[in-house]
Amino acid sequence: MLLGKKLPTLPDVLKTDEARVRGCESNVWLHIDLDEQQQHLVLVGDSDTRIVKGLLVIVLAIYNARTPMDAAKVDAYSEFEKLGLIKHLSPSRGNGIKAIVDTIQQQAAKWA
Amino acid sequence: MSDITQLRNDFPTLKQTIEGHPLVYLDSGATSQKPQTVIDAINRFYAKNNANVHRGLHTLSEKATFNYEKVREKMANFLHVNATEIVWTSGATESINLVAAGLTQNLSQNDIILITALEHHANIVPWQQLALRTKAKLEVIPVNEQGCIETTQAISKITQLKPKIFACSHASNTLGNIQEVEKLIAKAKEFGAITLIDGAQAFLHLRPNLRQLDCDFYVLSAHKALGPTGLGVLYGKYDALNALPVYKTGGEMIETVSFDKTTFRQAPAKFEPGTPNISAVLGFGAALDYLEAIDFGALHQYEQDLYQYLIQKLQSIEGIKIYGDLKHNIGTASFTYKNEHHYDLAMLLNSYGIAARSGHHCTQPLMQTLNLNGTIRVSLAFYNNKADIDRFISALHECIALLEG
Repeated sequence: MLLGKKLPTLPDVLKTDEARVRGCESNVWLHIDLDEQQQHLVLVGDSDTRIVKGLLVIVLAIYNARTPMDAAKVDAYSEFEKLGLIKHLSPSRGNGIKAIVDTIQQQAAKWA
Repeated sequence: MSDITQLRNDFPTLKQTIEGHPLVYLDSGATSQKPQTVIDAINRFYAKNNANVHRGLHTLSEKATFNYEKVREKMANFLHVNATEIVWTSGATESINLVAAGLTQNLSQNDIILITALEHHANIVPWQQLALRTKAKLEVIPVNEQGCIETTQAISKITQLKPKIFACSHASNTLGNIQEVEKLIAKAKEFGAITLIDGAQAFLHLRPNLRQLDCDFYVLSAHKALGPTGLGVLYGKYDALNALPVYKTGGEMIETVSFDKTTFRQAPAKFEPGTPNISAVLGFGAALDYLEAIDFGALHQYEQDLYQYLIQKLQSIEGIKIYGDLKHNIGTASFTYKNEHHYDLAMLLNSYGIAARSGHHCTQPLMQTLNLNGTIRVSLAFYNNKADIDRFISALHECIALLEG
């Protein structure tokens, strides 16, 4: 939650329906872009809950500035395991972290 | 008088720790825990007595049929109705769907289906679909800003709209409010309405006498009343029930079948095609026996005292807002804390072993009316005690400190 406070709030114009990650009980907005010059991912996101926002900071830190090829290979699961946060990656309803990770992985795979 | 505080020991699920804390189960509105006798009844059936019902003359099949039908009688006695008026379904949701599908021919364009603003999705969507099929209109009795239906307003709405169908929850799943359904049913019947009461939440806590309520249909789910999942009840006054056309077809529900024509049996059999959920029915029979053995007056008083204790503790926390009718309630408290997200609170509460529900509770229209994106819902049953509530309140204080820290 402390981490979540460090993530700047996304301006409302970016909190669009298209940016919403499906499968989250809380609202999560995620924008994924490719920096074509550097060939690496640029991610911004926000959530209306503190816990998910805090977890989102970690997810974004894992993927930001990686090349798509690199990102597609990342095992976010083991990263979360190392942090003792694995329970937040459960596929159960209500927890959107898995949905966020899947969204990023799929997008990265398209660019890879 | 049975010692209600001891009943908790009959529920094995409650004897565990979650995240290193004793489990405090406050989500009985979602599903109740099961006493050992229910679990034993299901085990006994599969371990010793497994056979299909209504087929075969062999001993096991006869025994299964006898025990299965005995539970139908038990259920009927419990509700003060006849066994022929009890249909086994997969749950309250299917019960409502069965009725809503069956009433398609009863409606014409612009007829009114009247529901209330605090219904569960299961008591909204089937009616909405029925309205779409028949071009009837779905109308809604509003709630006040506290989330309560005002009976006088509801009665004037019924009078004004003269509905063909009136469907209402006996108690709200989100807020726990007990509706004055008896008055509403009586008024709706003045206009010849077919009435359906959703008793999914109320049944365990109120044990309604359906002859007295005088509704045409009443639905409930076994799993919210100590029984297994996958089983529900549809009660229908016999003529109203038998007048419904068949809903699903197949074996068991037929009288004669040829390739030209099939004739169906009378209710309740005509609504029970295929092999039923025998083990669940037997498990639910054990649940009804268990409930029957407890003095209901004492049980009800115990639940109400516990609920008042919970409300008083919650109200003592500044920033908590509780929704719903706090006087006529089955023991459910739905609340928000300042602008904190229900998701954060529920996640943190879980780390203290507190099982509470968060979200819209399958009542999105109600949440929109109350201008909320969700609440935390704490729903009690007789197996809870004051220690549960004390643990919950102390965890809530710590969660709030974390959120605001």
